[in-house]
Parts: sequence; structure tokens; C-alpha cells
Amino acid sequence: MLRVDVTKQLGEFSLEAKFESQGRVIGLFGASGAGKTSLINMIAGLLRPDRGVIALDDEMLDDTSEGIHVPPHRRRIGYVFQDARLFPHLDVRQNLDYGRRMNRLPEDPAQHARVTGLLDIGHLLDRRPGKLSGGERQRVALGRALLSKPRLLLLDEPLGSLDEGRKEEILPYLVRLRDEGIPMVYVSHDAAELRQLATQIVILKGGRVTALGGVKVLT
Amino acid sequence: MFEISPAEWTAILLSLRVAVIATLVATPFGIALAWLLARREFWGKSILDALVHLPLVLPPVVTGYLLLLTFGRRGLVGAWLADNLGIVFAFRWTGAALACGIMSFPLLVRPIRLSIEAIDRRLEQASSTLGAAPWQVFATVTLPLALPGVLAGMVLGFAKAIGEFGATITFVSNIPGETQTISSAIYSLIQTPDGDAAAARLVLISIAIAMSALIASEWFARRATKRLHGN
Repeated sequence: MLRVDVTKQLGEFSLEAKFESQGRVIGLFGASGAGKTSLINMIAGLLRPDRGVIALDDEMLDDTSEGIHVPPHRRRIGYVFQDARLFPHLDVRQNLDYGRRMNRLPEDPAQHARVTGLLDIGHLLDRRPGKLSGGERQRVALGRALLSKPRLLLLDEPLGSLDEGRKEEILPYLVRLRDEGIPMVYVSHDAAELRQLATQIVILKGGRVTALGGVKVLT
Repeated sequence: MFEISPAEWTAILLSLRVAVIATLVATPFGIALAWLLARREFWGKSILDALVHLPLVLPPVVTGYLLLLTFGRRGLVGAWLADNLGIVFAFRWTGAALACGIMSFPLLVRPIRLSIEAIDRRLEQASSTLGAAPWQVFATVTLPLALPGVLAGMVLGFAKAIGEFGATITFVSNIPGETQTISSAIYSLIQTPDGDAAAARLVLISIAIAMSALIASEWFARRATKRLHGN
């Protein structure tokens, strides 16, 4: 379970958000500039809240009153960025293996095979990111985050940089992922996308949470 | 004309040894400083930046004299090093390497710093969300992506070190077989009657070394661009 109650001042923009997850997939909905990315950057630990708490399951990740801030590399929270951010000097295989190596996890060929199968990236393993299409890159980024065995997966508009055709290509993989049961926070400004994926919605507008609830709040 | 005498060979080999050692020892410090200047904000950063570049703008004879005052036998650091660790710089080839290392330092640091600044910090963020501690981010993302810049800096630093003259001759003088590098050998030769032919040979050799270093540096820079685009 994820609990967020934070405030953050970013220049002129102030962000104030409070919500708790009930469903498995939280859809974070809002226009661009609503503060969605800042909010999940705080959950990932890349940005420190000015005040407040972020807790995952029983662990306090941020608590400004106690001076607690767990750095991103100790959070075990996977992050799929809009722009994939694959490491250009590593091939796909090494990109996928990166999280396992950094966390010193034992090799897990079964999990590796399952994830590459789920995302259909088995034939790309020896390629460099520069030789991948946008959709392939995003699938590899998903695989890379999954293979680091995160407790929570953050997805920041993972389809945002893709055209319509490509979106249709990735969406089924995301649905499969959701059905795997990994808790997710899925950021999007596309209500249709969230209706397909999310089990709970948080609507963010101008840095404030304006609605919370089931997918019905996406009118 | 192209018979290289044993004395000239001695100077060439000494120059190479001095420049190689100077570059290899300076590189880790250069990487650390470049990273600090590229990625960290701290009090006194502009002073540190200026200090790194100082050897580029100071008259070399001033740098050499300052080295003599500091690392000479009676110098504060020099005396301590000699008494406690047995390391002597004054009038030794090691002193030539120290002078060359300091004189070439700005040229070593600059390409490394630029290549670190060119790395997308969002890749470093991605690395940390995958569980990499800050030193792992540096070792597995920052440094490999900056490697062509590191190599370019080393090549440029080496080229500068091999041609260094003013600070070296001021600090460690011009002793054949110990501190007489190509540059100081040329200086001696052109002051000697009949030294012209030997001087010309050494001049050609320095041009060849400098040109190869610049071409190599250019090649590394092109590799860097390619690497960052993930091909």
C-alpha cells in the first residue's frame, strides 16, 4: 500500500497531494503541468518533498518531520520514463540485466525468460538502444524496470512519446503487466488509457488533488 | 641527417617517460576534479576552477619557480617528502614529471569535464532508480559514457606534457640523462655551434608526436559522439 501526503514548492508552482492506494493500479491523471511527474519523482526519491510523508507498505520512505529520506537506489521502486532512458553504451541484454547487477540479486533465468516473453523482446537482446524503434525501446525500458524486482512500478506516460499505432502495440503488454499483480502508479493525460489500465484514479489539477476514486471519476 | 644520436635518443625516451608518467598519475585526479566541476555546486567552485586553469595563463617560469619553492629540497612539501617518504623531485626526472603533470592538467581536465557535462543526467537518475548507489552510477554510467572524453584529455595532456619547457627547466634544470627532455635538448642544441641538424631532427620528432596526439584526440571525440547516440 502506498501512502502519499506531501507539499513541494517548485519556483512559482506549488504541489500539494494527499492520497492512499486501495487498488493495485493508481492512475494519476492530469493535464501537462499539473505536477504529475514531480509527484512520482518524489515517490521514486528523485525529488525531496518540502514537507510530508511517503510510505510504502510498512516502510517510511520520506518523513520530513523525522528527517527520513530513503535515497532512490534503496527504495526498490521501478520507474519507466516517458523517454525510456536506456543506457546507450549497453546493449539490450545488459540494459535488462542492469538492475539485477546493481541490487546484487542472483541470476533468475526463469524470470528473465518470462519478462522477455511477456514483452516480446527476446529477439532484440544483442542490439544497442540506438537501433531500436520507439515502441521497442519502451518495451525494453519496461523489462528493465521489471527485472530489478521492484515493490512498486512507476510509469510516467510510457506511451506519451509514441504515435497512435505504437500505443496500440504497447497497451496490451501493459494490461498483461497489470494482470501480473505488480502494484503500479500510472501517469497519463489520456483518460481512455487509464480506463483500460487503472483500478483507482487520482486527478491532479494545478498541483492539487481534485478527485479521488474509481475509474468512474474520469468523466 | 636522420642519424639520431644516443644523446638525442636519451632525450626522446626521457620525454616519453616523463609525459607518460605525468599523464597516468594526473588522470585520476583529473577525472575527480572534472566530475566535481561538472556535477557539484559548492562554495569556492569558481576559485577551484580558476586554480585548475592557472598553469595555462601563468608564465611557465613562474609555475616552475613556485614548484621549486614548494617541492625543492628546502621547500615546505619537498623537505617533508624527502625526509619522510624518500621522494625527491628537485633536479630529478620525477620533478620533470611533476612539472609536466601540473602544466598539462588544465588540458587534461577540460575534455573530461565537457564530456561529463554532455551526459544526460536523466540516465544517471534512471540508474539510481534501478538500485545503483551513487558510486555505482558513476562507475557504470557516468565514467563509461565519458570515457572518450577521458581518453581525449589524456592524449591532449600527454601532448602538452611532452612539449613542456619553461616550468620544467626552471624547476629541475637541464641535466642530460636525468631532466633533459626533447624541449630542453633543443634549447641547448640551438645555443651550440653545429647543433642545427640535431635540433632540426628533434623539432621534426616533436611535430610528429604533437600531430599524432591531436589526430588521436580528434578521433576519440568522434567516438564519443557516436557512443552517446547509442550506435
